[in-house]
Amino acid sequence: MSTISDPPSGSFQLSMLINDTRYRSYTFQFIALILLILAFAYLGYNLLANLQAAGLNISYKFLGEPAGYDINQTLIPYTSQSTHWQASLVGVLNTLLVAFLGCIMATIIGVVVGVLRLSNNWLVRQLMSIYVEIFRNVPVLIWILIIMAVFIAVLPQPRDFRGDDAEASMVLGMFAFTGRGFYLPAPVFGAGSGVVVAVFLASIAGIFAFRNYAKKALYERGQLIPTFWPSLAIFFIPSIIAYFILGRPISLEYPELKGFNFQGGIFMRNSLIALWFALSIYTAAFIAENVRAGILAVSKGQTEAAASLGLRPGRIMNLVVLPQALRVIIPPLISQYLNLTKNSSLAIAVGYMDLTGTLGGITLNQTGRAIEAIFLLMLFYLAISLGISAIMNVYNNAVKLKER
Amino acid sequence: MSDTHAQSVAFVRDTMLPEQPPPASEAGVIKWMRENLFKGWFNSILTIVSVYFIFKIVTGAFPWFANGIWTTNSLAECREILDGATGACFSVLTERWNQLLFGFTYPPEAYWRPTLAFFMLIVAIAPVLYPKAPRQLLIFTGIYPFLAYWLIWGGTLLAPLMVLVGLIAGYFAFKQFERQSFAMGMLAGIVAAIVVIWAGGVIPASMPDVLALQAIQSRDLGGFMLNMILGTVCVSLSLPLGIMLALGRQSSMPIIKWICVIFIEFIRGVPLITLLFVANVVLAYFFPPGSNIDLVLRVIIMITMFSAAYIAEVIRGGLAALPRGQYEAADSLGLDYAQSMRLIILPQALKISIPGIVNVAVGLFKDTTLVSVISMFDLVGMIRGPILASTEWNGVYWELWGFAVFLFFIVCFSISKYSQWLERQLATDHR
Repeated sequence: MSTISDPPSGSFQLSMLINDTRYRSYTFQFIALILLILAFAYLGYNLLANLQAAGLNISYKFLGEPAGYDINQTLIPYTSQSTHWQASLVGVLNTLLVAFLGCIMATIIGVVVGVLRLSNNWLVRQLMSIYVEIFRNVPVLIWILIIMAVFIAVLPQPRDFRGDDAEASMVLGMFAFTGRGFYLPAPVFGAGSGVVVAVFLASIAGIFAFRNYAKKALYERGQLIPTFWPSLAIFFIPSIIAYFILGRPISLEYPELKGFNFQGGIFMRNSLIALWFALSIYTAAFIAENVRAGILAVSKGQTEAAASLGLRPGRIMNLVVLPQALRVIIPPLISQYLNLTKNSSLAIAVGYMDLTGTLGGITLNQTGRAIEAIFLLMLFYLAISLGISAIMNVYNNAVKLKER
Repeated sequence: MSDTHAQSVAFVRDTMLPEQPPPASEAGVIKWMRENLFKGWFNSILTIVSVYFIFKIVTGAFPWFANGIWTTNSLAECREILDGATGACFSVLTERWNQLLFGFTYPPEAYWRPTLAFFMLIVAIAPVLYPKAPRQLLIFTGIYPFLAYWLIWGGTLLAPLMVLVGLIAGYFAFKQFERQSFAMGMLAGIVAAIVVIWAGGVIPASMPDVLALQAIQSRDLGGFMLNMILGTVCVSLSLPLGIMLALGRQSSMPIIKWICVIFIEFIRGVPLITLLFVANVVLAYFFPPGSNIDLVLRVIIMITMFSAAYIAEVIRGGLAALPRGQYEAADSLGLDYAQSMRLIILPQALKISIPGIVNVAVGLFKDTTLVSVISMFDLVGMIRGPILASTEWNGVYWELWGFAVFLFFIVCFSISKYSQWLERQLATDHR
């Protein structure tokens, strides 16, 4: 039996607060708390004194007042008579739009480059590592500004499309790439288009159900059901049939040159596109490194073991390498998405009206409500990153190696 | 020669055949190309596309470089000389060289000061970066920040000297009281430093012209110099802060732990640009009324906090990667918290975290360009503002941005190569 000697009993002495480890942590925490309160009190006192001296107060009433400025790229209806709150909302949606587009494109480029960096082809390998090194080692702000400048300088202006012997012409008669922005055809939803969309969504759900069924058949009965071609068929055929049965309810509205500019269609401003491209290719360089590291992290023995079981290369990739590589790739990938979202605040450098441009830019300058505007701005980004971190934790717990 | 097989085999070779060279397709360049460039149709297509791509870039860029004009005073003159031919107007770089490096309000007669400070920086960080450099140089590293401050901002040398004396006094006080406990030593050191600096402050105030250089305001700093200053200052300040935050986050004391967690997660959750907005428009509200802290200092405070949070996370990874036995061994030797951290835990944890710290440093150096958004004239700010907006150089994009890309690439790429080298040097684990 082991004996644990009791701590020396005796009356409490003041010096024990410093010398006794049982109490010392309380002393330190108490001191830290006092210092923290003092610091906050000092900062708060300064804030109040400064506000009073400037004749200001903290109030969020400005959000309800008319904004009085125009925003050139909006996803929701907005006029200069709308409130600052609506302007901020436009900004939020614009931030989310560029972040969403950027994440998709960065993933595609990043995965391709990451895989090509491991290719057998020496030349491609070198080119890809040059790409990764150049983009990783130069600030994203410079890339945004370069792409914006090149974009304006290289692409034709809308006026170049005019006349019979125009210098520029539309691609396929549908897309116009101008220095002012891209004009794309817009879908017009007629009567009955809801059904087509519903059928399309249902067929996507159908693909997932089918894949689940195929997986179950493989694991439980060892029955191999091909998935690629049936998925493709489910994806296209029902929607196309519904589209034609209902008499083609969805049509495209093409952009047309009227006067000095294009009308109709979807307009993506040059600032949005420059920001989107720059963020994508910059983040893709980082994603490529993550993908490469993830693939290299799967030991060669795994591939060889799978091959010795008689799996074909495609199945080795799908069933053995990818599931293990994804566990390594996805956490840094998500933090790259987060970085991209935060970097999208650089939109202000090219005049794209994201939240930093509206709430943190024009609204702040017009109303002079610096503290409130920046507080809200930070709160928004904080909410996004904490939300994504929460999702990441859930994912990490889900794919964690089940150790026994 | 035996004749065992004389009847059954007509001929037995009794000498080696001379070595044949391998077939042409299996040797030398051709083999290498077959394996590395044209293995299968897909690789061949990739190779051809890449070669075409490289060809296009080289044929496009070479005449542009070769015809580059280096000596004109404006874009119009340059275009005139080129006369429609493809060519770069590098003369924007030569004509605005000083502006690109030092900003447009830094007094030209003082350009030698930041230049000297830059070369001294190389000497000063050599012993930190390169373990084989003479150790005596570390003394210079200690003196360097004060010297650099004096060179760049000017004023009397006595002011930074007084701070240095204060810090030395603090160090001796720390040594004196360290025997009792680390906390006591720290406290004594800080008090001694503050007292000496505060009391000694009258000396530079009363003799502002002794060993004085022309004083230069922070707002006159600019160009690549500003990026370098922000980068080096913020990285070196954020290292100790980051270590403290990481240790605080590992602490078993809940209040201290949560202060650190909230600070780190808050900073990491917001973009740097919002923090720079804070530095620009909000931070002034939190200083005592009437105080006038200049913008560069406010920006340094915010960027330091920003990178400290990231460094703290990197170091936390290093601390977590240490085996539990190291902590227990330190405890069983009877070391207290400060000793065990200083002598056992941190040296190992920091070594593990070096690649991560260097990544943060490179990222931070790149992020110093964001100050151009709050209208400070760093390299990017200079290019976007005074240079591209001037009548002489309106429209010279490639040359200027190419220069910026080149500068940042050189610095960041060499830092990351250095970190890879250091990693190999420090790999002392048993393999």
